[in-house]
Amino acid sequence: MLDFSVLPPYADLLATGALWTVLITVLAGALSVVLGVLLALVTLYGPKLISLPLRGIAFLFMGTPLLLQLYLLYYGLAQLGVLLPAFWTGVMGLGVHYAVYNADIFRSAIQSVDEGQMEAARSLGFGRTAALRHFIIPQATLTALPQVGNNSIILLKDTAVLSVLGVAELVLNAQRGISATYRPFEFYFAVAVLYYLLNLAMEWALGRAARKAEAIR
Amino acid sequence: MDVALIQRIAPFILEAALKTMQLAAASLAIGLAAAVALVAARMSRQAIWRGLSAAYVSVIRGTPLLVQLFLVFFGGPQLGLNLTPFQAGAITMGLNIGAYMSVGLHGAIIAVEHGQYEAARSLGFGRLDTMRLFILPQAAPLMLRTLGVNTVILTKGTALASTIGVVELTYSAQRFVTSTYKPFEVFAAAGIAYLIIILAIMLGIRGLESLFGTAERGRV
Repeated sequence: MLDFSVLPPYADLLATGALWTVLITVLAGALSVVLGVLLALVTLYGPKLISLPLRGIAFLFMGTPLLLQLYLLYYGLAQLGVLLPAFWTGVMGLGVHYAVYNADIFRSAIQSVDEGQMEAARSLGFGRTAALRHFIIPQATLTALPQVGNNSIILLKDTAVLSVLGVAELVLNAQRGISATYRPFEFYFAVAVLYYLLNLAMEWALGRAARKAEAIR
Repeated sequence: MDVALIQRIAPFILEAALKTMQLAAASLAIGLAAAVALVAARMSRQAIWRGLSAAYVSVIRGTPLLVQLFLVFFGGPQLGLNLTPFQAGAITMGLNIGAYMSVGLHGAIIAVEHGQYEAARSLGFGRLDTMRLFILPQAAPLMLRTLGVNTVILTKGTALASTIGVVELTYSAQRFVTSTYKPFEVFAAAGIAYLIIILAIMLGIRGLESLFGTAERGRV
């Protein structure tokens, strides 16, 4: 039978795990946005010699499972002599994975900014980089926000995969509780509820941000 | 880079890739059935069905697939649900992707102009006949894209089944790593196998799209 009274003694452990999950989401999310914008700019304005191979590499990321990429990064890099802690491997792996998806969104968002904006900025004496930085990218960011927000919510759920590498986030901490109590259902159920709440909070915050962005536009 | 090793394990990787495809196919079948049921419930006249469908989709999309797999496979026995890893994997991933697919399928249905529905109804067709004869044929081309995208997501997601012990591509790769200590080569070889499978799915969907004349709407 199910007995949810096994959970309260482990509330702290689960709460700590949830905090790490949030931290991983924030770090990897930030990396995925910054790197995503850079990738989009390079594919749009960079030399063909760089932008074409980048598209091929993007397909490598989109065509293979995240879990396999994390394994390759964690164990493969160790084989090549690069030893990274599991936490940073996970943040990097997640960040780069979603940067590839975000780059596509940013690219079409930048392309959707009216060409007259660039011409107007240039005719006022702004250089191309300055025009991009002050006029094009801010506008594109507003357009890209809802979809990038969506990706960040998917990223939040994918942080669970880091437990496989041994990162002590929500799922791994729950597994610690399970190995002490042999109560997998209760713990994973609690974990699911916590993810659902985090997910709702994130959807609410992103929804608010998207409405603000819509108002500015 | 040990190329000889990759050549040596290639036949085994191929075999494991077939297992991945089996798992994806079984999950896809369950997912399609779930998606159809969810869309039907969402378009029901009774509020209770609409509510249940919406709640299911929200909960499934609001929790990680990995946690769902663990809950069913490790937590299931506590409820008397004893499944093999493959069964647990296929059922969980099917029920998971079904929720995502239902959103896309519903979108395709409501994208068909409402006048079509009204016209058919005013000509005396019932709700079901209207759906079957007028709405679905027009929505079908739009559905291809969402089905294709979700099949790709599902296939990549099957890698997570390795964590509950389903012997598929990622699990087999891990086994080769423990016996060869060459993670880079082995995982790279598995990655190539995934790329080929994903590419095949994308080309298949592209082919179907051009058959229906919707290819220019965008790529998978």
